[in-house]
Amino acid sequence: MSQHISDERPRVSPLNNPRVRSYAFQAAVILALGFVGYEIVENTRQHMAEHNMVGGFDFLSRRAGFKISQALIAYSEDSSYGRAYVTGLLNTLLVAGLGIPLATMLGFMVGIARLSKNYVVSQLATIYVEAIRNTPLLLQLFFWYFAIINFLPNPRQSHAILGAFFTQRGLFLPAPVYGDGANFVGAALLIAIGATVAFRLWAGKRQRETGAQYPKNVVTLALLVVLPGLAYFAAGQPISLDYPQLKGFNLAGGMTILPELLALLAGLVIYTGSYIAEIVRAGILAIPKGQTEASFALGLRPQTAMKLVIIPQALRVIIPPLISQFLNLTKNSTLAVAIGYPDLTSVWAGTALNQTGQALETILMTMLTYLAVSLLTSMVMNWYNSRKRLVER
Amino acid sequence: MKRILTTLAVVAAALGGLAASAHADTLDTVKQRGQLICGSNTGLPGFGIPDDKGNWTGLDVDFCRAVAVAIFNDPTKVKFVPLNAKDRFTALQAGEVDVLARNGTWTLTRESTLALLFAGPNYYDGQGFLVRKKLNVSSALELNGASICVQQGTTTELNLADYFRAHNMKFEPVVFTEMTEVIKAYDSGRCDALTDDSSGLAAYRLKMTNPDEHVLLPEIISKEPLAPAVRQGDDKWFNIIRWVGYAMIQAEEFGITSQNVDDMMKSDNPDIKRFLGLDGDLGKSLGLNNDWAYQIVKKVGNYGEVFEKNLGDGTPLKLKRGLNQLWTKGGLQYAPPLR
Repeated sequence: MSQHISDERPRVSPLNNPRVRSYAFQAAVILALGFVGYEIVENTRQHMAEHNMVGGFDFLSRRAGFKISQALIAYSEDSSYGRAYVTGLLNTLLVAGLGIPLATMLGFMVGIARLSKNYVVSQLATIYVEAIRNTPLLLQLFFWYFAIINFLPNPRQSHAILGAFFTQRGLFLPAPVYGDGANFVGAALLIAIGATVAFRLWAGKRQRETGAQYPKNVVTLALLVVLPGLAYFAAGQPISLDYPQLKGFNLAGGMTILPELLALLAGLVIYTGSYIAEIVRAGILAIPKGQTEASFALGLRPQTAMKLVIIPQALRVIIPPLISQFLNLTKNSTLAVAIGYPDLTSVWAGTALNQTGQALETILMTMLTYLAVSLLTSMVMNWYNSRKRLVER
Repeated sequence: MKRILTTLAVVAAALGGLAASAHADTLDTVKQRGQLICGSNTGLPGFGIPDDKGNWTGLDVDFCRAVAVAIFNDPTKVKFVPLNAKDRFTALQAGEVDVLARNGTWTLTRESTLALLFAGPNYYDGQGFLVRKKLNVSSALELNGASICVQQGTTTELNLADYFRAHNMKFEPVVFTEMTEVIKAYDSGRCDALTDDSSGLAAYRLKMTNPDEHVLLPEIISKEPLAPAVRQGDDKWFNIIRWVGYAMIQAEEFGITSQNVDDMMKSDNPDIKRFLGLDGDLGKSLGLNNDWAYQIVKKVGNYGEVFEKNLGDGTPLKLKRGLNQLWTKGGLQYAPPLR
């Protein structure tokens, strides 16, 4: 019977076969794109050859010859261009790594504050969000940068506050100096952290099973302070502080946080925080009011209800748009170039591009790097999102 | 953003072989377009800066006007494109400008790897330092540990690192793309010193809140021959750019000024007659009108006149001729024979 039907199927010309057609169109599109790509590469190569422009990535191992004001790895004028690239990249990652958690914390605080019943608190939060969200980030960066430089004292006139100096040249902090036996303290700290994690897991499990609560925070604090503290004194106080002191033009010693970094962080955190606040507010408002009422009916206090019932559910709405704010913060950090912070764009697509003249190579590397960083960030966040997703039953 | 645009422009120009035809004969392209496109500074008093009415003035600006006179007989047929230090060479490579007269330093690698050609320097300069008087510093060698503001992507940025390394001193560079940011950061106290070509520093000093509080240190730490640049691959165009500059120097050496050039037409001196186009065909051999040099001197002036007008005692900059004096008077400005 089935044999019979298949014999009866009308013969279709391949031209009208939807499958053949769709394959043909797709192949044509790929061919066309490939041709355009080939033309771009080939013409660029030809143009560069015609004009005696040097191409390639050989310059990566050449001596860079310029200095970078903030380097997280050993970098000097004698280092290679490759190392300058890594230095710039680490400076970008530093801003993103510090900025993302800070902006998230600020955003959550403000987002919850906007929903506060306290009129003053909610109005202040609204003013912050509206003022910051509606002005350009570049101008805010200029504001922070020149505000820091203009309103803080010159290093020569500055005074120490708890050993730290706030000056036009940045924030000078005492730096720890590790002596003999500092490893011992470090090990004690690691053990304390391990013990804390284990304790909290155990306490959580116990609470779920029996309902009995432990004073978790007190125990945590005790573990983290007492254990390394004991080790510190037992090892004979091996860690001392190196205080910054005025020497010549600047303060020397200690740690320096550049005003460029401070301004960039302030600008990015405050700007991105205002967007995150709106996302958090939207997420919380998306949870039906019944959930809050039900929590109250069960006897939960407002804070506990927020922490245990509302926020975990709101996170499912919050995380996806939050990811794009994280990506925005990283990408917006390229504005660093305007206020002299040596991020990847400034060091690589700025100084290195100009000193080598290899615009195509440096711009390509810079764009691919930002792409990789962004993809990595969203991969991690998507994994977190999939864990937090509502499990449908 | 501009950098990315110019990079895209390189790619775009490369597409469709547009570049090949546009660059093959720059003179024809300029003639067809009806105006010269000159890459200029974004605002350096004395060298290239637009006033509040949009009129450009400066030594580099007058150079471009002289090129426009040589081609069109009209000093107004120039469009000035302001470029910052970081974008200038990319813009030239991409064909956005026909010539770059923007206080750029002539170096080996800029010719060998950037594929540019520099004509004769129109200003011999050197890198210096500007500091506050109240720092009580009298020499650059006392700047150990200083924060120094510098513009990104310049020879200055590299010389600075070399100089401090050579003298075993430490410094903290504070780097900006735009010169205006560099100046603002120095003026507001972020840096102890500002470094750039010393002619530039003289100009920037005037932009400070209190110019009298700042002083130039005596050290000149580098050679900065500032010269107009063109792309490689068009020798005819390079010849025009190079000889327009020399013509202005030669005119000063002959004593021909915009005032007396008409009288000079009656001169019996065969060199001057050849120069002014009354004899031979110097101009034609360059692909220009034969009276090109006459028109340049008449409408723009000789090198000395242009220098005095833009940088000399009559201007706020009050720069001395120094190295930029004619070779006959102990300077470096020397034109090869125009014959």
